Amino acid sequence: MIERRPALTVLSHLVLALGVLVVMFPVYVTFIASTQTSQQIITQVPMSLAPGSNMLETYRVALFGGETTYGSKVPPVASMLWVSFVTAMTIAIGKIAISLLSAFAFVYFRFPGRSLCFWMIFVTLMLPVEVRISPTYAVVSNLGMLNTYAGLTVPLIASATATFLFRQFFLTVPDELVEAARIDGAGPMRFFKDVLVPLSMTSVAALFVIQFIYGWNQYLWPLLVTTDESMAPVVMGIKRMISGGDAQNEWNVVMATAILAMLPPAAVVLLMQRWFVKGLVDAEK
Amino acid sequence: MYSRRSLIAAAIAAASITFAGPAAAQTEIQWWHAMPAALGEWVNDLAKDFNASQKEYKVVPTFKGTYDESMTAAIAAFRAGNAPHILQVFEVGTATMMASKGAIVPVGQVMKDAGLKFDPSIYVPAVSGYYTAPNGQMLSFPFNSSTTVFHYNKDAFKAAGLDTEKPPKTWPEVALAAAKLKASGHKCPFTTSWISWTQLESFSAWHNVEFATKRNGFNGLDARLAFDTPLHVRHIENLANMSKQGLFIYKGRGNAADATFYSGECAMITGSSAMYGNIKRNAKFASGISTLPYYPDVSGAPQNTVIGGASLWVMAGKKPAEYKGVAAFFAHLSKAEEASKSHIRTGYLPVTIPSYELTEKSGFYKQNPGTDVAVTQMIRKTTDKSRGIRLGNFVQIRTIIDEEMEQVWGGKKTPQEGLSSAVKRGNEQLERFQKANKS
Amino acid sequence: MAIEKRVRFRSWWLPWVLIAPQMAVILVFFFWPAGQAIYQSVLQQDAFGTSVEFVGLENFTRLYNDETYLASFKTTALFSVLVAASGLSIALLLAVMADRVVRGATVYKTLLIWPYAVAPAVAGVLWLFMFAPSVGIVSYALRAMGIEWNHLLNGNHAMTLIVMAAVWKQISYNFLFFLAGLQSIPKSLIEAAAIDGASPWHRFWTIVFPLLSPTTFFLLVINIVYAFFDTFAIVDAATQGGPGKDTAILVYKVYYDGFKALDLGGSASQSVVLMVIVIALTVVQFRYVEKKVQY
Repeated sequence: MIERRPALTVLSHLVLALGVLVVMFPVYVTFIASTQTSQQIITQVPMSLAPGSNMLETYRVALFGGETTYGSKVPPVASMLWVSFVTAMTIAIGKIAISLLSAFAFVYFRFPGRSLCFWMIFVTLMLPVEVRISPTYAVVSNLGMLNTYAGLTVPLIASATATFLFRQFFLTVPDELVEAARIDGAGPMRFFKDVLVPLSMTSVAALFVIQFIYGWNQYLWPLLVTTDESMAPVVMGIKRMISGGDAQNEWNVVMATAILAMLPPAAVVLLMQRWFVKGLVDAEK
Repeated sequence: MYSRRSLIAAAIAAASITFAGPAAAQTEIQWWHAMPAALGEWVNDLAKDFNASQKEYKVVPTFKGTYDESMTAAIAAFRAGNAPHILQVFEVGTATMMASKGAIVPVGQVMKDAGLKFDPSIYVPAVSGYYTAPNGQMLSFPFNSSTTVFHYNKDAFKAAGLDTEKPPKTWPEVALAAAKLKASGHKCPFTTSWISWTQLESFSAWHNVEFATKRNGFNGLDARLAFDTPLHVRHIENLANMSKQGLFIYKGRGNAADATFYSGECAMITGSSAMYGNIKRNAKFASGISTLPYYPDVSGAPQNTVIGGASLWVMAGKKPAEYKGVAAFFAHLSKAEEASKSHIRTGYLPVTIPSYELTEKSGFYKQNPGTDVAVTQMIRKTTDKSRGIRLGNFVQIRTIIDEEMEQVWGGKKTPQEGLSSAVKRGNEQLERFQKANKS
Repeated sequence: MAIEKRVRFRSWWLPWVLIAPQMAVILVFFFWPAGQAIYQSVLQQDAFGTSVEFVGLENFTRLYNDETYLASFKTTALFSVLVAASGLSIALLLAVMADRVVRGATVYKTLLIWPYAVAPAVAGVLWLFMFAPSVGIVSYALRAMGIEWNHLLNGNHAMTLIVMAAVWKQISYNFLFFLAGLQSIPKSLIEAAAIDGASPWHRFWTIVFPLLSPTTFFLLVINIVYAFFDTFAIVDAATQGGPGKDTAILVYKVYYDGFKALDLGGSASQSVVLMVIVIALTVVQFRYVEKKVQY
């Protein structure tokens, strides 16, 4: 804090609290729904906002599988959580790695076709996955990547968000740092490794959170690419429980699984908090 | 003639075939379906029972999302050369599947090739008729079918002074009942789900009038929509008036309105017979099922209603041995005990007449009053106008109907305008489909 | 790209090696399938591709003659502007506030980022839950305030609903990146200005905001792309484009035609139109808005 302005601090807290209230409300509703029984959710209108009494039972069924009150069996969520975890980690790390390299090339080098390549990468944002999903599936199938982690992750690494963000960040890095590295006799990769990457940690942290969650919440692509039960990620499991048509919904179990599915990404968010501070400290050098 | 070497090679080959280990590997049959939650377990159990009953074939069911998602998955897989053997497709996708001639094999063909005894007449006419070609060949296997019925809240009826054992049978009676409910303080006397299915498609069949020309599309791709007749306009006008008076409350597209009945918010609903399962488990009130309402002054009414749900299609490009397995599986599903078991478990219609009779004999309908309403609406001889509907681009047409009707309920268009606009826009879709499938 | 770095490394082979992994992935898994998808826009075929016919620009002329399609341009423009503007401004406000407070900072930050972690499948259902006319918790509250909420029949209510649902998720996303951007602004600059007697408001607009501009530009482009392309799932879950066609944004029709109607040619042609629009918008942003960005 620069100076003490109590009024402003109070205002800040107020705004933040209001923001949190509004933004977290749907999440709160999910949690409440997961603590009630399915019957309560459907028949109590509007749904009560106080936690229900069914929490332990619902979560037990969601985590370990078992029979619900409707007599339908819920598969344990543990194996799906693992698949989601591996998928999300691979996508996040993969994207960040190749984008760091590309952005470095675009900002710090000059080569023929540089603009073209940048726009080629950028254009990948402009055609939604759903439109090209059939041909992409064909490619993955032809490469024998169905039902594999590679098939689940590699096609999703082809995106421009990270490259674009790093490009923005690299452009703000003062030229003096490059000069200093040059004078020290460091080559481009040394500069990259020792100066640029440490400086980018805040952006890396932010991107990691986003990409991890992105990979974690994938539904449509895994649905197409896996027929093997053991390769199904957790969001697919959730959808499987939401019946759209004629059968009954086990809303409380669905909501409980949704909350469980939210925990690992939330943990990632918490862990990444420390990197934010670290990045700040580094910039002070 | 043959060198010694090739003889030895042949001998070794022959030996290795005979000693190939235990009995030849089971032929796997891939079945992609869209049945979630409890229904998914039903599917799994069906496969399990069949697999346990014989050793040659193994049916492997995989949940591939909603009907739309599993269609997309199947299309992607087919184009990449690894489609499943059996695919569950919803009823409105029938024309689409038929138009993709190289992609499917008619079920009738599959059964014939497998040499299995197959009698199409044991299937409930209004159910299988939907999935049968005009020449009588069954195209897809009727699997999970429901139909349009009328659910009502008995407790609400009692509070409004209505006779709980005498539900309204005609639309005028529905309006009267709604007025009484409203007078007793009920906020949502009547609602409906699946507007196109309940109020136009099934409505037409129930009154033995056409929904589209050319026998609702069975007789050619040049069929055009026909639901802007005075009868249809009259019906939508009635609904619009009820809406204005607060007797009919629109609760959204698809089956969004179902939840309002389960919760007790709305007292009467025209919707799927498959709502029964949910009602039994969730509703905190006594409820009843009755037939779809009709207009008593229309001759020929009530005829029969139109089904909803899905059927099983067989994909092309597989080996004959695998098709034999598919045929065996369908034969298994058609057994009276099997079909009856499924009907009782899920609330879907019994697929065959013997299974209906078996269920009746078991006393199930007596113990669960109302569960036979759906069946009795269907188990009649169908007419040319009521056998079902087969239109291309049907998904788009239903959406167009939803959009136009919303404008009517919202007061932006008159019923006549809404229906005419829906017919016009829908016909554009049919023309496109016709052009795209000229052959 | 207009912005150039003055200092560069020299190597004729290294840059190629650096971009090779990303280029390889996007060539195989984006351009090859995308090319096929776009090619479908000049074809007419049945769903399974068993009968394919070349029809030239017919799919496109059909769009041009469809008045509901042309009307959805306006709907999309309105929607995108609302989503981008509110998403960015609310997130910026929250990020600046979160950057200021010391006590409880971690709690606020975590809670504000969590909504992004809600699976879209569940989020769509939640919004319906909360806003269901007459039984939803929020509609209940609105009615208590005198507003008869009914997004099923009221076009404005429907538009409000999908804007809120779309912005909700984006607030977390934008918040996260704004926060990252704010944290990399050297405290020394701000301290210097404070010593000079500048007020927080003044400091924000003269120092913080310009230094934040690379992040803001990034988020502006990304948010517009998001509003145009990634919001169909929300529309599908909440209003399906209704009532009538009041919330039928362009990308929803792309999704609907490709997925539900299985009209792959129509869907592809609309994607091409959409792509052209967004590329044009992005070029404009890079050309004119990036000039204002301070690196």
